Amino acid sequence: MKIMVAVKRVIDYAVKIRVKSDKTGVEMNNVKMSMNPFCEIALEEALRIKEAGFATEVIAVSMGPAQCVDTLRTGLAMGADRAIHVDTSTSSSATNLTPLSVAKLLKKLVDLEKPGLLILGKQAIDDDCNQTGQMVAGLLKWPQGTFASKVILDKEKQVATVEREVDGGLETLYLDLPAVITTDLRLNQPRYATLPNIMKAKSKVIKKVTLEELGVEIKPDLEIVQVTEPPKRKAGVIVSSVDELIDKLKNEAHVI
Amino acid sequence: VSTLILGEHEGGQLKQSSLCAVTAARAISDDNSITMLLAGSGPSLQQAASHAASIHPSMSQVFVADSDKLSHPLAEPWAELVHLVQQKGGYSHIIAASSSFGKNILPRAAALLDVSPITDVIEISGPQLFVRPIYAGNALSTVRYTGVDPCLLTIRSTSFPLPHISSDSKSEAAPVSQVDLSTFSEDILDKSRFLKLTSQDTERPDLGSARVVVTGGRGLRSAENFKLMEKLAEKLSAAVGATRAAVDAGFVPNELQVGQTGKIVAPELYMAFGVSGAIQHLAGMRDSKTLVYTLKEGVADYGLVADLMLVVYCFCSLNKLSQKLALKI
Repeated sequence: MKIMVAVKRVIDYAVKIRVKSDKTGVEMNNVKMSMNPFCEIALEEALRIKEAGFATEVIAVSMGPAQCVDTLRTGLAMGADRAIHVDTSTSSSATNLTPLSVAKLLKKLVDLEKPGLLILGKQAIDDDCNQTGQMVAGLLKWPQGTFASKVILDKEKQVATVEREVDGGLETLYLDLPAVITTDLRLNQPRYATLPNIMKAKSKVIKKVTLEELGVEIKPDLEIVQVTEPPKRKAGVIVSSVDELIDKLKNEAHVI
Repeated sequence: VSTLILGEHEGGQLKQSSLCAVTAARAISDDNSITMLLAGSGPSLQQAASHAASIHPSMSQVFVADSDKLSHPLAEPWAELVHLVQQKGGYSHIIAASSSFGKNILPRAAALLDVSPITDVIEISGPQLFVRPIYAGNALSTVRYTGVDPCLLTIRSTSFPLPHISSDSKSEAAPVSQVDLSTFSEDILDKSRFLKLTSQDTERPDLGSARVVVTGGRGLRSAENFKLMEKLAEKLSAAVGATRAAVDAGFVPNELQVGQTGKIVAPELYMAFGVSGAIQHLAGMRDSKTLVYTLKEGVADYGLVADLMLVVYCFCSLNKLSQKLALKI
């Protein structure tokens, strides 16, 4: 069985983002970019499943401009066997790739590669959409296990037991393979790429495909009107004692 | 303008977050015709349906999908159901709350309808114009939906207050009707099966809708120390929250996590103990009305958002605070 993992290139989680003064978006120039942390967890899970003998190959895929190759290279250094880059730089309509478009592209790649499992992060930390996994599962008519904190595969029965983080606690589902899984933070602790593996990754194959080759038409149905900074709160007050705190909560804020 | 709300219910009652979706539907347009869709099986579903029908005068209809296939809120049957109901009803908008229920189901339904959903909406500026946070709430994005109907949204219930419930609501209950499931596509439904839901029984109010929330972070150092939060919460009739670090360290279960990837809360009073103020955590509570933060020394990121800061070692302040509150209540 093959496992496909989608990875996204985003602004590094430790970077404090700046909204552009013309309100068109967030400053991306000279900003450190990394693999979305949830995607790292997705890739780690795929690698562990392969190492446990349940899968033969892990394929990392990414969509976007030429720099996505860097993210894929990181994935290969972590241990993915090969990678596919859907290059969107040739298409002007793809500058704003919506989750629906990404889901359609992923479906095409799944149709071509026929993996038994597609693993994604539950959301990307840039747009915080939390949509793509659910959408590609719907398009493929595959079952979905979103927000997974534990995944156990049964090779014989071709079933995945997925524990999910839901509002009320933990929900456990059985999913027939092939299936889509999206990862929550507590699923695993991703590994670091070691230097020998980084060297090895340089010789691994990253296949480049275009939107035209995949035959997926991007129809933009969302327009970003503006990006602004959130309203600022008033500066806080430092209180020196518990009494003062209780007094302020009672008599000023009127909350207790 | 007509809106279908995907309703969530528990124990024969409509959940509060689904009621907030009614407020959101009314923000789209005043003359919005609102239909609530509920699914499940058995008497608790029928109970929830009559609850939903009489909850607000703007509710024009309640649809009930009663089937064993829908007894658990799984994404696969629900997405098919939404597709089916949309084909018959031709709604202009479909709304669900940004709960784990809505986040799981709505994007899948959107894919079946071939439209882009807009998730985590915090403000509705027009029928096609929405504001949603990005980058853990460090920026706000205004998006215009330019696609075909329906426009699918999940809304943050903390941003849309509960609608005013009328007192003589019984006389104006909306009609309840069954969804015709004879054409319900069932081919993929057996591929996903519910096994169990494990949850911690707690007497504390629900984290998502509590008026007061007390939260602990890794600074509390142990599950034992975290019990102080429980005590304080009891005194204040508050819900208990936690940071990701506290959950990861095993102090408390995952459903208490507040933050970018956990629950989003906006209580009247939010008190944080032993919390570093990571942006991922701030994303989950920055809309709280009054924010109290205890810090050891120096000011962490909280300095940017906190209203009241108490500089003390956290166990000490926690102990003192709960004792003092105990005396005064």
